[in-house]
Amino acid sequence: MDLSYGSEYTEFREEVQSFISEHKDKQPKVGAEPGSPDLLAWQKRLIENGYHSRTIPKEYGGYGAKPDIIMPRIISEEFSRAQVNPGFAGQGINMLTPVLLEMGSEAQKQQFIRPTIHGEMVWCQGYSEPGAGSDLASLTTKAALDGDEWVINGQKIWTSTAHLADWIFCLVRTEPEAPKHQGISFLLFDMKSPGIEIRPLVDMTGKANFNEVFFTDVRVPKDQIVGKRGQGWFVANAILGHERGSLAPPDVAQTRLDGVTRLMNSETIGGEKVIDNPVYLDRLMKLQGSVLAQKANDMRLLSARINKGQDATLAGMVVKLTGTELRHEIEGLAIDVMGEIGLSYGDNPYLRDNGSWQYQYMYYLGLIIGGGTSQIQKNIISERGLGMPKEPKVEAK
Amino acid sequence: MQFGLSQEQTLLQDSVNKYLNDQVGLDKVRTVAAGDTSDAAIWQGLSELGIPGLMIPEANGGVGLGALDAAVISECLGYHAAPSPFISAAAMAPLPLLAANKEEVLGGIATGQIRVGIAFGESIGARTGAGITATGLKLSGKCLFVLDGEADYYLIATTDKKIFMVNVDSGGLKRAPLKTIDATRSTCELSLDKVTAELLSEDPAVYDRTLDMGRVMQAADTLGAAQCMLDQAVAYAGQRKQFNRVIASFQAVKHMCADMLANLEPCRSLVWHAGYAMDDLPNEARMLACHTNAHLSEVGRAVAKTSTEVHGGMGFTDLVGLHYWFKRIGANRQLLGSPELVRQEAARIQGLAA
Repeated sequence: MDLSYGSEYTEFREEVQSFISEHKDKQPKVGAEPGSPDLLAWQKRLIENGYHSRTIPKEYGGYGAKPDIIMPRIISEEFSRAQVNPGFAGQGINMLTPVLLEMGSEAQKQQFIRPTIHGEMVWCQGYSEPGAGSDLASLTTKAALDGDEWVINGQKIWTSTAHLADWIFCLVRTEPEAPKHQGISFLLFDMKSPGIEIRPLVDMTGKANFNEVFFTDVRVPKDQIVGKRGQGWFVANAILGHERGSLAPPDVAQTRLDGVTRLMNSETIGGEKVIDNPVYLDRLMKLQGSVLAQKANDMRLLSARINKGQDATLAGMVVKLTGTELRHEIEGLAIDVMGEIGLSYGDNPYLRDNGSWQYQYMYYLGLIIGGGTSQIQKNIISERGLGMPKEPKVEAK
Repeated sequence: MQFGLSQEQTLLQDSVNKYLNDQVGLDKVRTVAAGDTSDAAIWQGLSELGIPGLMIPEANGGVGLGALDAAVISECLGYHAAPSPFISAAAMAPLPLLAANKEEVLGGIATGQIRVGIAFGESIGARTGAGITATGLKLSGKCLFVLDGEADYYLIATTDKKIFMVNVDSGGLKRAPLKTIDATRSTCELSLDKVTAELLSEDPAVYDRTLDMGRVMQAADTLGAAQCMLDQAVAYAGQRKQFNRVIASFQAVKHMCADMLANLEPCRSLVWHAGYAMDDLPNEARMLACHTNAHLSEVGRAVAKTSTEVHGGMGFTDLVGLHYWFKRIGANRQLLGSPELVRQEAARIQGLAA
């Protein structure tokens, strides 16, 4: 056991700290409009100094550092501690860029990575369909080749940021005769293409976090495909793994739990602080135990990435399931702590913390379902983790 | 950065597992549980591997290893539901004995010749009819559910966190075995009438550390026992057929097993972290010990129930013997403080409760 990052990182941490104190006042204001010059300038500054897109090669617009597991962690710790804007995230940066680096053509890397990481090109993800949720590989949005162009027809759903996106990375069926996993291709196209209609999908939080996207004879140049025809399923799976691990990080769970503790110290019932009520305190302590378990599990995962030969496969498989369920419980405790105050919504003057507890309580229910439902996670854990057999296949009618 | 077991720890784990696989199978557990034989032979076998003196310094005849090493062993013992006084004699008792520099007793523990039991129940929260008072060095009262019904000495803690030692043969001391649901480990009742005791420590920190150590080991024992119940459930579901299919192919059964794994796997890291903290992170050790103990109590209870259900009717029988693990996990939950009390202590340590 050795929980220190090692002396070789002490200097690096100091560098990050001095960058933060020197440049902190240049960060964009909270709530700056998406795409505003302040945001883009800050993003550029982060990349130029190696605090964003750190290991993306210089020729594609990144900083070009050699890969290191600890350094990004130190950057994230220090930015979070100082509450400084860590730059853009989103599906183009977190999911598409790694895939392009691994499987994209040289021309695609040149064309897309630089504007994507600089926040000049915003992406959305076109995977789920009304008839293809947990069984994603049964998707039916069709792309047929017509001369040098794909012609796309069909519908996507749960498409976050579609209304803001410049481009989409999209799974479409190109080989209708092939087995379902082998008939899918991974296409990239402009959201301003004729034939695309976006309808916002208002969810239980009251916001439209997602959209429905309809394609009618959308024409896309033939070469805007990542990987070969029919390989799209494998391309997509490479990035889904990326997404699942990052949906509910334990350090954020810790921050939210600290928030509940603060709330329990400020809210009172009949003049008594909630924290002094043993029933609520016990619930807080139970969740703290679970957060500590998640944090320890996370340390083990980090360690396994650094120390080849340490196996943490099972520890990794449970992260999405346990992390999202735990967050939902933490947010739910905060609402119970507030009691009827916790019902406050919108412009209600008794609303606490901008309504973030109510919002996250509902949003995390969405994350329990999205990105592979808890039930799909349990299938994966039991089949791949415990070696239990798959359900017998039902013949398609 | 390395968060996990070292090569030495893995080797230690392998050698103890080998001994337990060879010598302490379910048949052996049954004979001890039935009272046909004591756990003495198992403890002797473990002595040959150096287990009783694992945490005793080499100068005192022990191996001089740390809490994480001990947690690894405790997990092995839990996995095999092995009858032994490991938590009381090997993990807890050495700490106050070292504080008082009791060389002879420490040396005796290290060789497996002397067993020292733990009577902390009254300091944690005396139950109806129990309680101990010290008048000078004379102890009177009653200790319930004392760890180890066959010890030579007992360490008795009072509510002011003093730790006394009494010899089991002292005048005025009566010991009566107490049967519990967990027949793999023995407990007893001590009745004391002005028994002459030796004061080992009046330092609350020694008491806290001794109790924390026991709680971490208990959590590790539950981790091992729960892992074994999960493994048995997966194996059974893979063989048992109904409706012309192994029941492991039914999603309802798979999800029960996935739930067990999802809850248990992070516990492994938590136990490692708590064990490591006992040796190297003094500021976090107490809070982690409490939380690890309480969290494993909760996860252990859920796994014990779920694994039994996966076994269907067979899980409920004595034939399969699954109940030995079920009951062991149940005993770990209550001894050294039930989870509600332990979480309350975790809150106190952080200044969140009075």
